[in-house]
Amino acid sequence: MWAPVISAEEIPEVEEIVDRANKTAYYAGDDGKASVTMTITDSQGRVRAREFIILRKDIKDGGAQNFYVYFKKPADVRKMVFMVHKKIEEDDDRWLYLPALDLVKRIAASDKRTSFVGSHFLYEDVSGRSVLDDVHTLVETDDRHFVLDNVPRDPSVVEFSSYKIWIDRKTFMPMKAEYLDKDKRLYRVVEALEVKDIQGHPTVVKSRVRDLINGGETVSEFSDVSYDIGLGDIFTERYLRRAPSEARR
Amino acid sequence: MTAFRCRIIVILTVAGVFAVSGAVTVNNTFASDLSDWMYDRYESELFGFMEARQGWRLQDDPHEEDETISEARFQLDLSKEFDWGIGRFKGDLVGDRILDEVRGELRELNISFSPAKFMDVKAGRQIQTWGTGDLLFINDLFPKDWESFFTGRDDEYLKAPSDSIRTSFFSDAVNLDISYSPLFNGSNYIDGSRLSYWNGARIAGREDRFRDDERNRFLRDDEISMRISKTIEGIELALYGYNGFWQTPEGLDPDTGKGIYPRLRTVGGSARGPMLGGIGYAEAGYYDSHQDRDGSDPFIRNSEVRFLAGYERELDRNLTGGLQYYLEWMLDYSEYESSLLPGAVRKDEERHVLTLRLTRLMMNQNLKVSLFVYYSPSDQDAYFRPKIHYKVSDRWSIETGGNIFTGKDDHTFFAQFEDNTNAYAGARYSF
Repeated sequence: MWAPVISAEEIPEVEEIVDRANKTAYYAGDDGKASVTMTITDSQGRVRAREFIILRKDIKDGGAQNFYVYFKKPADVRKMVFMVHKKIEEDDDRWLYLPALDLVKRIAASDKRTSFVGSHFLYEDVSGRSVLDDVHTLVETDDRHFVLDNVPRDPSVVEFSSYKIWIDRKTFMPMKAEYLDKDKRLYRVVEALEVKDIQGHPTVVKSRVRDLINGGETVSEFSDVSYDIGLGDIFTERYLRRAPSEARR
Repeated sequence: MTAFRCRIIVILTVAGVFAVSGAVTVNNTFASDLSDWMYDRYESELFGFMEARQGWRLQDDPHEEDETISEARFQLDLSKEFDWGIGRFKGDLVGDRILDEVRGELRELNISFSPAKFMDVKAGRQIQTWGTGDLLFINDLFPKDWESFFTGRDDEYLKAPSDSIRTSFFSDAVNLDISYSPLFNGSNYIDGSRLSYWNGARIAGREDRFRDDERNRFLRDDEISMRISKTIEGIELALYGYNGFWQTPEGLDPDTGKGIYPRLRTVGGSARGPMLGGIGYAEAGYYDSHQDRDGSDPFIRNSEVRFLAGYERELDRNLTGGLQYYLEWMLDYSEYESSLLPGAVRKDEERHVLTLRLTRLMMNQNLKVSLFVYYSPSDQDAYFRPKIHYKVSDRWSIETGGNIFTGKDDHTFFAQFEDNTNAYAGARYSF
């Protein structure tokens, strides 16, 4: 719609690749909804499951956006709500609603590289790492992927030294990311296992994170994905206390 | 019923809960099948848990038994969506060996609906919370259950239910919440039945339970809580008002010797927002004890100004720390002093409290180790709440913790509970 089709000879600038990949992965449509099942397998093979509905609304394409996560499973977190007002230049605002106490808690955590609900996915994997946080270099272009190397501008706040990312040349969907730790060992791989076209948007419907050092992995499966559902302003305290119908169904 | 028969029933209930949870464990799908069946047949969501919890005093208490908690609990949480809104039931069946009873506790029975786009209503028994403090409350005058808090029940039980109609109005300018209870709810305070306490003259327990005159005139002993809130640039601002009664019996009827709930009005405000990479907040309230506005009645607690300020931030990955300062400032102190009854312990004009919270998540967030400390430099007492919670699986969790009270004098708020210092452990199966 806004992107011209590029031929094999034409290699876009690296910043354009990064920008389009970011928008493809995190900004499809003006808003969206998905039902997510996470299967977490720890290093000893024990399996835990998480099930939640995620609602997203973009304030600006490629910029600020809001997330609403409504938990369904396991039973001890059911009806809990996690809400994020994602910002680009400053820290995100995050809230947690605990229904048993009717408590709206503001979360102090500013570290985006912590585990999301105990899975191998990090907050940043779910809401997107700011494109401003890394220096990107196009290191390879094969017939299917642009391969980018990404070095953090501030290495002190992240656990990796760099990561490589494979971006699909046709759809601009990031298909794989490999993270090197501070000793340059490959320790973490995030992959899109299945991509579907939904309402004209390439959509990852199955993804996996593997922890290569400790073992263990998390597989996420996305169902009932839809875009441009006309979400109202549900990202407020009102809807923490009373989940909107889009989250309950 | 004789005490013996009562005990048999309690033991049978506890055994029953364990038998059911044992059966559920053997056949792990039973509970989820039940939930699915409820959903398919009645389009209702059914959840719940079974748990057992046991706690002991870590020292002798001449006024109480050794056990502080010994109970099995079965909770059902049922909700159904209708065209007009949502109906909800949440209730516990408790086999309690300390009080030798089996009881039902209705935590929620309410309907919620939106009569207009800008309006939400929730009517019936419900849990309500607002304000900014972390385990400190100024403008939240909804009922609490301090006994649960001090004996190590799950945090959920610190908030006691209220029978209210809560109406919320939303607009771009401000939001308004009004919660009306036709009959005063009140908090579950420490009365000696389970935990020993300072009775005004000495430490007392089961043999000398504190008695109160309940407020029980429907529509006359009513209470109303209000909040006006608005968020500006990520900072949550709120004004509060309350008209009702002290939540605990802060008055005494000199004729009967029973506690009474004097009338209370409060007004206050709060602010909360991002600060220095964490969350900062402050809250203040004026407690107008208007049955004794000039402070000269020795049987009714004086008016107060209360204030708190807090800051919470991530100290390291998966480690969060929080600090709070809290003040209770008694007004009309000279009237209080001059009307003090002979032999009564003189309270300070100002009570200062500092709190510290440390929470560490480990093992993929399945292990949570936390410590919460209240320390009062003016009362020279403290209360420590260490806790370890481990999620064995998606259904099973275990936890252990303590409630440690210490202090210089017998009569200060935390020190009076010194002989109740306890440790507890519990296991829960959720479905």
